[in-house]
Amino acid sequence: MSRVLVAMSGGVDSSVAAALLLDEGHSVVGATMKLWGGRSDSGCCSVADVEDARRVAQQLGIDHHVFNFTSDFDTHVVGPYVSAHAAGRTPNPCVECNRHLKFDRFLVRARQLGFDAVATGHHARVERRAGPDRWSLARGADRAKDQSYVLSMLGQPQLERVLLPVGELTKAEVRDRAVALGLRTAAKPDSQDVCFILATDGGRSTFLGDRIPLRPGRVVDVDGNLLGSVDAVELVTVGQRRGLSEGGGEKRYALSVDTLTGTVVAGTESDLLTTSLCLTDETWTHAPLDPGTAVDVQTSAHGDPLAAVYEGGGRLTLRRPTRRVAPGQTIALYAADEVLGAAIAR
Amino acid sequence: MLGAMVAYLDHAATTPMRPEAVAAMLPFLTEHFGNPSGSHAVARRAKAALEDARDLVASCLGCRPGEVVFTGGGTEADNLAVSGSLARRVGGRAVCSAIEHHAVLHSVLSSAGGATFGVTADGIVDLDALSAVLSSDVSVVSVMLANNEVGTIQPLASVVEVVRRLAPGAVVHTDAVQAFPWVDVAPSASVADLVAVSAHKFGGPKGVGALVVRGSASVAPILHGGGQEQDRRSGTHNLAGIVGMAAAMSATVASRAVEVDRVRGLRDRLADGLLSAVPGAVETGVRSAKIAGNCHVLVPGVESEALLFLLDEAGVCASAGSACASGALEPSHVLSAMGVAPDLARGVLRLSLGPASTDDDVDLALKVVPEAVARLRSS
Repeated sequence: MSRVLVAMSGGVDSSVAAALLLDEGHSVVGATMKLWGGRSDSGCCSVADVEDARRVAQQLGIDHHVFNFTSDFDTHVVGPYVSAHAAGRTPNPCVECNRHLKFDRFLVRARQLGFDAVATGHHARVERRAGPDRWSLARGADRAKDQSYVLSMLGQPQLERVLLPVGELTKAEVRDRAVALGLRTAAKPDSQDVCFILATDGGRSTFLGDRIPLRPGRVVDVDGNLLGSVDAVELVTVGQRRGLSEGGGEKRYALSVDTLTGTVVAGTESDLLTTSLCLTDETWTHAPLDPGTAVDVQTSAHGDPLAAVYEGGGRLTLRRPTRRVAPGQTIALYAADEVLGAAIAR
Repeated sequence: MLGAMVAYLDHAATTPMRPEAVAAMLPFLTEHFGNPSGSHAVARRAKAALEDARDLVASCLGCRPGEVVFTGGGTEADNLAVSGSLARRVGGRAVCSAIEHHAVLHSVLSSAGGATFGVTADGIVDLDALSAVLSSDVSVVSVMLANNEVGTIQPLASVVEVVRRLAPGAVVHTDAVQAFPWVDVAPSASVADLVAVSAHKFGGPKGVGALVVRGSASVAPILHGGGQEQDRRSGTHNLAGIVGMAAAMSATVASRAVEVDRVRGLRDRLADGLLSAVPGAVETGVRSAKIAGNCHVLVPGVESEALLFLLDEAGVCASAGSACASGALEPSHVLSAMGVAPDLARGVLRLSLGPASTDDDVDLALKVVPEAVARLRSS
């Protein structure tokens, strides 16, 4: 039996995670992180979600606490999200929240309070293999709900203290379990979008427009010829088609975004294809990969794995040409179902 | 009632019910169910109990019975004082100290032209800052009698003197919710036009309070309906609650002088013990200017949330100040107004004692708090 602190977002997965840990005989306490101080209509931040988590904890007969991590969230997630957009990159705030909040701030707090481990409701699996440093991270049993991508930056210091109990279940099994326990979160919809951005309030453009100047930009072709304009160059993502194909003709995609000069280079789908990915901020679940290692890469939360070779020196070569990845996006590296590491696309 | 090893040191949040209050309430939760607003025998009996309670409350608060408006708690009393005063005069503004309870602070700041004025580093209102925000268009000034977080007692008489001089048309409201268990409110608040109290802070039930509206003031209702309380607060009376409040109030007044001395001794032992056993701990404010039940310290290098978690686990019920709707601790506006550095303000610990507090409670806190701080600092 261990003392486990469960991060309860108020959703069905973390509710059931707490219930499963109790069944396994652990001593369980729930905690909800208050992450976003502003208005919110989804995800992990609203008062209603905290209430759901608290009620589930009461139903399960465990203690529940609220940790106010709003200033850390602002520093490590919202601030970098905004400045990345200002620089023309497209970050993944959920990955940064996991990196800095759930699996750092929360993990440290749990250790301070005497817990042996933390648990979350992520659909992924942490497994112990033989030998030293052999905590491995693998895809969840429900491939369609697998969340190993947003956990791919975890290393041994985190993995050895993390339990992911619902990773062994399908989402349907999780919901069945919640129904059987009579939990009020049983039918709660999955959270989808960035939790601190209000879909009902103009979404990303309003959120960013309130924080950084959004400037019109020129759209040019690969030779520098003017093709048109965009209202806000900070909102253009590499790979985006919308708003770039005015005047008919062949479909055009954003190939690169330069916010300093206010320029979007647009081209055809074949211009967008590449076999080379440049990486920064590499992290490894075990040890750094040897150059020449064959890997599968996943470049978005629910993207298909792509066969590639890790070249070392911050480079990956894809076996087949694929659309280029927006700078700032997380790239997760796998061997079959096991996560090997992660990096940020340059 | 609580487990053997629990020290309840959060009396500023709420207090256990006094047996006198429970006994007084029971008949009104059972056989005496009448609505005081009716005219038949059952109603008349209820009305008599209501007015008996009003007489008792008036005598404890030093006002005439007709000046007592029963409300649904301290927050409503504060809202009625601020919003009800503003509504009496077109174009009037409300001002309050920067360390008011949110019931006053948010009422003032959500009104047109609402403004706050500052306090000293010791948590006492700054009369020069008050003077600077006063003008002839101010219609209500609100300054609490004692602060709910740091426990500082405010110089109400001096505040009133400044207001009468610089904004003669303004009424003065005082939130006496935290002061009542410790301060003889009748003389202390006699200079204020409006005085708010809340029953559950002195051994009465939750959800009932009162606003004194002296003849020098008048408030427009914020709840409309049957015109109860001389049209100042509509809604069927919470008679059991009102009777319970009156009984708790009367019992508090009768034992206050003795309790203040006894609890002050406990508090001093607690505060001195913490200051010597917790390296770096500092006490906020000046102890002689605080209510007897308040022990408020800042612990460098520790986060309140983590500290409260460990104290709770070890059987000490404490607090750090105010929480938001989700239950998360919020940075304290009181400490911020006192100019406490944000880093130091993260390690807030408020231990608030009451008439039920004992030496055992202090002993447990003096054992548990230093251990918890040491553990957090070492990890």
